[in-house]
Amino acid sequence: MWKEIVDYLTIDILGLTGKINGVVNFFIYDTFKIWFLLITIIFVVSYLRTHFNTEKVRVYLQGKSEFTGNILASLFGIITPFCSCSAIPLFLGFIQARIPLGVTFSFLISSPMNNEIAIALLFGLFGWKITVIYIGFGLLIAIMGGYFIGKMNMEKYILINVKPMEGELEDIKINLTFAQRVKEAWEYTTDIFKKIWFYVLIGVLIGAFIHGYVPADLIVEYAGANNPFAPLIAVIAGIPMYSNAAGVMPLIEVLTSKGMALGTALSFMMAITALSLPEAMILKRVIHMKLIALFFGIVGFGIICIGYLFNFIL
Amino acid sequence: MKIEILGTGCAKCKALEEVAKEAIAKIGGFHSVEKVDDIMKIMEYNVVSTPALVIDGDVKSTGKLLTVEEILELINSTDEN
Repeated sequence: MWKEIVDYLTIDILGLTGKINGVVNFFIYDTFKIWFLLITIIFVVSYLRTHFNTEKVRVYLQGKSEFTGNILASLFGIITPFCSCSAIPLFLGFIQARIPLGVTFSFLISSPMNNEIAIALLFGLFGWKITVIYIGFGLLIAIMGGYFIGKMNMEKYILINVKPMEGELEDIKINLTFAQRVKEAWEYTTDIFKKIWFYVLIGVLIGAFIHGYVPADLIVEYAGANNPFAPLIAVIAGIPMYSNAAGVMPLIEVLTSKGMALGTALSFMMAITALSLPEAMILKRVIHMKLIALFFGIVGFGIICIGYLFNFIL
Repeated sequence: MKIEILGTGCAKCKALEEVAKEAIAKIGGFHSVEKVDDIMKIMEYNVVSTPALVIDGDVKSTGKLLTVEEILELINSTDEN
């Protein structure tokens, strides 16, 4: 229905035709669609989240066996918020609660990767199938990555000596009413939206021009399935882009519709969210570079494999 | 009453400290707002998402920036208990 309204606006009212119409139509259609979905999905996720803070996750994870712990930590990573500014208390707090290093990393990989902005954008731009694939393989990387890190005896690379707590943790009781939760979720949503709406707009604008003017052959040549280095380059390019995920994702969608291979696109998006340079800089204060390098290496390797796998099978 | 803001120096943590000071100014009287930067002390409160707000030793909120009104509400509910 929204498509018809935009068509009516650009063709009948503004009288646009051809490529110009393509660009303007795409821009209006996509921008408002994504804004709407972002607000809806972020609101739902932040509401659920008022029942599930990171402190609770720590209580649940305490005392879980290793492999079960990896799976649970990765799943909890979907629902909990992640801010790289909280990475240190989170990391040390998990270690303090005797949660194994590998399980902690499963959470640290999954939480930023499955953040609400990325999920909302994926859903809005690519539809539910790609979203499910992204989350599914993201979980697999978080589970396996954490599991391998846990097997490598890297505990000696934790730079701050944390005294493990004795006994069991008690949940911090913070009681909220329904109205308070809705208010909190709405405030969080508007807060996030204020930060990213402009990036979305710019991303879609550039995307609209690519959509209208860049020939598909060019994109197929560089980012299509025939370029064997594409997923590798996509992962390296994705590392410095974390804070701009909202602007980059609309671009990836356009590139995909113009012939960028889907595996390459998935690798690119996963690298943007899972391998964040600011997070690495913050973690450097509590863990040795060797452990950070291993973390980036394992996750990067997993993401590249997924890229090649998808390019190969699709 | 003693309000503590737990946080390792992120932008939100500083903002919460300012908001807490504003809230205290509104109710008047002798109260203190203290910023806790030491990660070891933060962990003693079993907090893993910062910034957190602690009133008289009880953790009242974690991982979010509150408004002046919300802090006043938390202070009021503490008084009643």
